This record gives sequence, structure tokens and C-alpha cells, in this order.
Amino acid sequence: MLIGFFFHLKESGLPVSITEFLALNQAMKAGVVGWTVDEFYQLSRTCLVKDEALYDRFDRAFGSYMEGVEAVTEETFKDIPEDWLAKQAEKFLTEEDKAKIEALGGLDKLMETFRERMKEQNERHQGGNKWIGTAGTSPFGAYGYNPEGIRIGQDKSRHRKAVKVWDKRQFFNLDKDVELGTRNIKVALRKLRKFAREGAEEELDLDDTIRSTARNAGYLDIKMVPERHNAVKVLMLFDIGGSMDDHIRTCEELFSAAHNEFKHLEFFYFHNYIYEFLWKDNNRRHNDRISTLDLMHKYGPDYKVIFVGDATMSPYEIAYPGGSVEHWNKEPGSVWMERMKEVYKNLVWLNPQPEQYWDTIPSCQMAKELVDDRMFPLTVAGIDNAIKALRKKV
Amino acid sequence: MRFESTEQYVATDELKMAVNAAITLQKPLLIKGEPGTGKTMLAEQVAQSLGRKIISWNIKSTTKAQQGLYEYDAVSRLRDSQLGDDRVHDVANYIVKGKLWEAFESDGEAPVLLIDEIDKADIEFPNDLLHEIDKMEFYVYETKETVKAVQRPIVVITSNNEKELPDAFLRRCFFHYISFPDKQTMTDIVNVHYPNLKQELLKEALEVFFEVREVTGIKKKPSTSELLDWIRLLVAEDMDADALKNRDKASAIPPLHGALLKNEQDVQLLEKLAFMARRELA
Repeated sequence: MLIGFFFHLKESGLPVSITEFLALNQAMKAGVVGWTVDEFYQLSRTCLVKDEALYDRFDRAFGSYMEGVEAVTEETFKDIPEDWLAKQAEKFLTEEDKAKIEALGGLDKLMETFRERMKEQNERHQGGNKWIGTAGTSPFGAYGYNPEGIRIGQDKSRHRKAVKVWDKRQFFNLDKDVELGTRNIKVALRKLRKFAREGAEEELDLDDTIRSTARNAGYLDIKMVPERHNAVKVLMLFDIGGSMDDHIRTCEELFSAAHNEFKHLEFFYFHNYIYEFLWKDNNRRHNDRISTLDLMHKYGPDYKVIFVGDATMSPYEIAYPGGSVEHWNKEPGSVWMERMKEVYKNLVWLNPQPEQYWDTIPSCQMAKELVDDRMFPLTVAGIDNAIKALRKKV
Repeated sequence: MRFESTEQYVATDELKMAVNAAITLQKPLLIKGEPGTGKTMLAEQVAQSLGRKIISWNIKSTTKAQQGLYEYDAVSRLRDSQLGDDRVHDVANYIVKGKLWEAFESDGEAPVLLIDEIDKADIEFPNDLLHEIDKMEFYVYETKETVKAVQRPIVVITSNNEKELPDAFLRRCFFHYISFPDKQTMTDIVNVHYPNLKQELLKEALEVFFEVREVTGIKKKPSTSELLDWIRLLVAEDMDADALKNRDKASAIPPLHGALLKNEQDVQLLEKLAFMARRELA
């Protein structure tokens, strides 16, 4: 029985492993819990799910496994006698709900619509707002939010106390659809680390100690050095707004990963392409700017620069004065990029746009040429290559 | 040998089950949850409730996995060799035991080992401890001996989600997420801490507390420890239940809010809401 459960969880997209499954079996054998379903639910969640973001997915998978919601197909309902359905409906609806049904035209009307839908619908359905199934807002189905609804495949109201614990789905706002977290980005970014010794002297410098001890006629002369710290300095410039809205999630991940990884990290925003000023706070972008020249003076050439942007715009925005969509720029963006390259030898551009489209977007090609082909896709492999390019001595 | 709620700590059924499963199967238990929901406290309470010793290893950003096992104090040895100390001939004299070693060696019943805030350390830290936590043994290169746990300690690990933990590490742990307590559990928790509190005051205080938590846009939601501090202040100031109850919409800021709201922007947000509510009333 448990094997089926295990595979069901796997199919539901939970990253369960055999080790964890064996641990669950062991725990069952050891009699950690009694034989009630609630206890089994808790135990299996403790053993198999290691991220609270996946709790909701687990709750759903558990619910569907335990209650056989999967088995609810149109076949099941084809030949349901009307009075049975009515009774079912009555059983589950409160007086309040019933009053609302009256608002829809009464139970009879609802039943009629239900049968009509039944005819129209020919496969099992989940979500949506019309078909009969689960998790939608159609009045027919279960786990939905329509107060007039008939519940199918759920044995108690989820809004009342008697509800089963996994049916509560109290973790549903923690679910995240992205399988990839920031971890692999961090692992890629960490290759950029450059260790240098600075700060308080805390570590024994063995070589120096031996050398000075020898010079000291054998008397111990201890030399200490500061601990190694990651001393790499990174300047990140993000394109924000417009076409970048589609990529906001990936950019956020990159940003949070970078934020944790580098102590010396400065970031600024630009729109579409780099011109004479940048800003740090998008709410105050028109008042609180830093001129790009100031930026180049403030952050020395030892900074490594990462542009993040989709480089998708009109070519004028790069090549012509006054090409910017937001303001009148005296000098074209390309001139500013040349200046940046002059100061920062280690400079790359990360592009969230899939690499195969680059050739079809003229501005993308221009931007790529302007950074001397150091444009990389914003994927883990792309970040890897970008870091390699940043590490090159110039 | 089962873990139950203690006089100072209210554990939900789920939490008790998770702890007991981890103890029975001798697996590390990873605890996550909002700040202030009693993650660190749990290990102490497990130790107390089972009558075990607690060994806590607090992780910082500079902590290395090796430090939990042992460190070799080469400098002392060098110095001793100069001073002609006899201890110098045995390298074992210069091995400083770490928390893990301490836990492995502890005689009597197996202790509770708390690895607190594991996510503070370097991203590779959990990977470096895989074998040690799994097999409960490690090898000391200097003395060429293997240290093996006499009894497998009960390992409780807490994390604040600052960094994601590697899968291989997670697979070896049991996991429990302490969700924020509901009103009933919260009442129990406060009662445990302030047994003589007037029930009326408590009811009103919780009302206000959950209201503040539900304000949309608040940056740092007050948590259990903030609530407890706040109630202590209310009691110290001899605040009346009515004072909390009679606040209408016009004064959305709870009295002594400094204990509840730790963020200037949050206080401003509440003030703004109060101002808007007043304007509506006027």
C-alpha cells in the first residue's frame, strides 16, 4: 500500500527519495504513531517533505490519494439519481448556503444546470470556472470558493471545523512553482570569489612563523595573518520595467543569490540601456539618481560589472542621441557603454532572453557587440560562463 | 521515552510526533518556522523533558564544520616544545574537542545536540557534516583514531531559511515547520508564561495582536516572543483590559506598541491607517 502512496507523491511532483521512504517505513514499524490516518499524515509529512513550500502540494497529493478523488470522473456521476444528489447537497449545505442557492434559482435549477454541464463535459477537470471538477470556482465540484457550489469529491466543507487536516491546505500560500531555487545560482556565483586577507590577524601564518623562528635562533616567533575573506567587488546593473517584467522572477533569484554571496555588492537600475544616469530606488528614480560618470569614479576599476537586461528595444535607443524612450539623452547609449568598458575591464551582460532569439533581435546583437560578445544567457550554465569571463585577467 | 509539552513550552501534536519520530529512528530533526516561534527553545525543552544534557552549537557565518569535530592547537604545541613541557610528546594533548565530539563522548544517556541556525554558515557547511551526522563518527587525522558516538545523540537543527540547504542533507533529516500558533495555542502559550494573567486582558491583547498581524503590508509581523514581551509590559504598566477593548478604529495603534512593532515603517503604516480611519469617522 505504501509503495503506491510513494509513487503517487512522486507523480504529484514531490521530490521524495527512497531513503526518505525507507525512513517512513522504519518509523511505521517502530510504532512511532498509532494507526489513525491523521497520525500517518503527520508522520509521512515529517519524513518525506523537507520544505514548507511543498506542504501544500503534499496536502493535495495526500488528500487525493486518501480519498480517491482521482476516481471521480463523469462516469461516476452519470447515473446518479436526482434525489440522491439533492440529499447530498442538503447534507452539506448550511441554511445560509441554501438561502444563496435560492438566489441562483433554487436547487432544482442548480441540478438542471448541473446535468447540462455533465453532458457538455467529457473529461475530468480541475480548476477553471465552469466545468465540474475540483479546485475551481464553478458551482459544481469541490475545494472551490463558490458558496452556491455542490461539493463533489470532498466529504466535508473546507470552511468548517470538522475538515480533515490536509484538506485545510493551510500552507497553500507557501507553494512555489519554481523547482530551481537560488542555490544553484549561488554555487555558480561563488566561483567568482577572490580571497584576500584583511582585517584582524587571527590565523597562524605557518610559513612566516617557521622563517622567523629560524631567524630567531630557534626561539618561537609566532606570526599571525588575517583570515581570508571574499574580497571580490561586484557592480550589478539591472534593466527594470517594460519588457523586463516577464523576467522579474529570474532576476529576483539572481539578485538574492548575489546579495548573499558577495559582501561588496553594489547595484543600480537602468531602463533598456545605459545612459548618463542610473538609480538605486525605483520609487524615486526621477529624484534620486547617480550620474554614470560619478559611478565610474566612485567604484574603481577593480569592480566587476554585471549588466542584467534583455537588450530588447529599438536599435535607436542604443545608437542615437535622443534615442531613449524616457528622456532626451545627449549622447547615445553606445558611447556610455564604451566609457564603461574603458573603466571596467571585467564586464559581462546577462540576458534573460533565450539565447536562440538573440540573432533575431537587432538591438540584442548590437548590445552583444558592444560588450565584445560577453553576453550570456541568464541560466545556470550561462552564469557559469559569465563568471569565467569575469575571472579572466585583462 | 516520549516528548510531551512541558510547563514552559506548549507543543502541538504534530510537533510532538515529529520529535518522537526523530528520537525513535535516531535521525536529526530539522526545524524551520517564523522567527520567534520557539525553534531554539524546542531543543532545550526536549532535553529537559527527557532529562538529558543539552549541548548547543551556535552557528555563525564563519563557523566551519571542522570546528564542530575538533581543532588542532598547533601554536600551544610549538610553545610547549620550546619550554620543554613533557606534554608536547603526545599530540592528543593539543586536540581541542568540538561540540560534536563532546556530544558523541557524553556518558550516561545520549544528550540533545542543538545545531542552531545552520543556515547562517557557508553554503557548503551542511554537506561537510553529512557523514558525521549520518554515521555519528569521524576520524581524527592527528591521532589516527576514529571517534564514534557511544550513543547517538538526539540532534535538533534549526534554520531561518536564509540559505537553502542541500538535498543530500535534507534527505537525512526529519523536517518540521512550526507554523504560527492559532489563537487557542497562543492562549496556552501565554498562560504557560504568565499563569496569573487576567483572562480578560489576555483575550483583548490577543485580539489586538492578531489584528496587527493581519494588517496588509506590514514588514515584520510581530511573533510569539514579541507578544510575550508586550504582555509583560502591559502587566508592568498595569494596563486595563478596557484600555485595549475601548480603542475604536480611530486609534489603530495599540498602547506600548514599541514591543510589538520593531520597524519604523510599520509604525508609520499603522499611524497612516489610523489617520485614514479617523477621517472616515469625521
